[in-house]
Amino acid sequence: MKFSTLLRHLREGAKNVFRNGWMSFASIGSIVVSLFILGVFMLLALNVDKLASQIESQVEIRVYLQLDTEQAKIDEINRTIGRIPEVKKVTFVSKEEGLRRLQQNLDDSAKSTLEGYENENNPLPDGFDVEVFDPQKVAFVAKKIEAINSTDEAKPILGVKYGQGTVEKLFRITNAVRNIGLVIVAGLAVMAMFLISTTIKMTILARRREIGIMKLVGATNSFIRWPFFVEGVLIGISGSAITSGLLLYGYSRLIQSASYDLGLMLIEFASVKDVGWYIAGTLLILGTLLGIWGSTVSVRKYLKV
Amino acid sequence: MIEMHDIWKTYPDGTTALQGVSVVIDRNEFVYIVGPSGAGKSTFMKLIYREEVPTKGQLSVNGFNIGKLKQRKIPYVRRNIGVVFQDYRLLPKLTAFENVAFAMEVIEAPKRTIKRRTMEVLELVGLKHKASSLPAQLSGGEQQRVAIARAIVNNPAVIVADEPTGNLDPETSWGIMKLLEEIHFRGTTIVMATHNKEIVNTLRKRVIAIERGTIVRDEMRGEYGYEI
Repeated sequence: MKFSTLLRHLREGAKNVFRNGWMSFASIGSIVVSLFILGVFMLLALNVDKLASQIESQVEIRVYLQLDTEQAKIDEINRTIGRIPEVKKVTFVSKEEGLRRLQQNLDDSAKSTLEGYENENNPLPDGFDVEVFDPQKVAFVAKKIEAINSTDEAKPILGVKYGQGTVEKLFRITNAVRNIGLVIVAGLAVMAMFLISTTIKMTILARRREIGIMKLVGATNSFIRWPFFVEGVLIGISGSAITSGLLLYGYSRLIQSASYDLGLMLIEFASVKDVGWYIAGTLLILGTLLGIWGSTVSVRKYLKV
Repeated sequence: MIEMHDIWKTYPDGTTALQGVSVVIDRNEFVYIVGPSGAGKSTFMKLIYREEVPTKGQLSVNGFNIGKLKQRKIPYVRRNIGVVFQDYRLLPKLTAFENVAFAMEVIEAPKRTIKRRTMEVLELVGLKHKASSLPAQLSGGEQQRVAIARAIVNNPAVIVADEPTGNLDPETSWGIMKLLEEIHFRGTTIVMATHNKEIVNTLRKRVIAIERGTIVRDEMRGEYGYEI
């Protein structure tokens, strides 16, 4: 193909969007409607995911050491744990700190049971708080920490706790919520595809005759297909751009008004800055692919004249 | 130019449109194809511009063996055949100029050549002043002129016209015929299917009559030979 012909196809494709005014409008409209619904659910899923991550991130590993562990040993273990690649942060918790935490967690009436346990006769062991990068890996990391005992004959680690059992249940729930979100989004994407393909098929049907005429004049299939392709791209891009604009504007307004609402204040929404590019990018790619797919599939059908 | 040898055409639904048609049309001939409706005239025309393939027989147009033509070669054969129809078949959203230019864009002619040549043929058919009108803004006769301009813009060897005056009033029809004659004088072969008795009997040319799928008459300077 000559370069000038390529330019011609680009020009014709762009002109066709305007020549077929109402049909283009209908195609763009159906892309906007279906991508908008999809986008709303994507935002919902992203926020649920964020919420789930927030809950998950509170999961920590607590390591307890033998009572008589020396400071040098403590520092060594601290370093060993810090070297595990999944570990984000290790914090030393002294026995005094441990006692203070325990007191905080008990209500006043129960506090009396701790009386007398101070400084010299503090029964609690020293320990560490270990944060991991991926909360879903706590069990794995906990095992690694426990394994320190097997290389050290002093067996300095008394125990490793991360809410065994509860954490697994929590992850099962957050994963289920994520998967449901994914299924809904995927289902909506398929629905969008059908809606758009129907609209585009209608517009092409109206142009079946035109395709026939082009062939009679001696146009090759690719010559006919190119402008339709360009048209599909343009319709897809404009549809998804409009959708992204509407969606993100609406979302930012929602966040704004939610920040004044006491009930909603507690939820930390994913910010527009965080999700904006992700949403706009996904919708743009999806919309463009839908536009191309709709126009090429339907043209191919009528090219066999 | 066009050679048919024992051509048979049966459609998938079982109707046989042509039964053993053999004919030779030479370069620069002007031929009328006449006959009752449903006799096979349209099939005869469609075979020439490769809208249909013969079921049996040899057919060559412009030296191409039409029956054995590969699918992707079809466009290149059609570029050497101008087609004109009763219903004009213009692209509705393109202007007269764009409709004619389209046929040249297809052969990837340079933009400047397209512009010059398109205006040239629009002038030839007398529609230079309507170059930027859409088909819907033109009368039937004007639309047919645009269609003829499109058919001749690439200087094809043959023009196939299937009832080009079928939808036009007598006066406009004569205008179209004068134009086709002019094109014929410039050296183009013309095959025209028609029901117009007056035209055939006045502008005397070779007449091929088709009835029930066979050629029943083939006369130089013939007559229409039917009452309607």
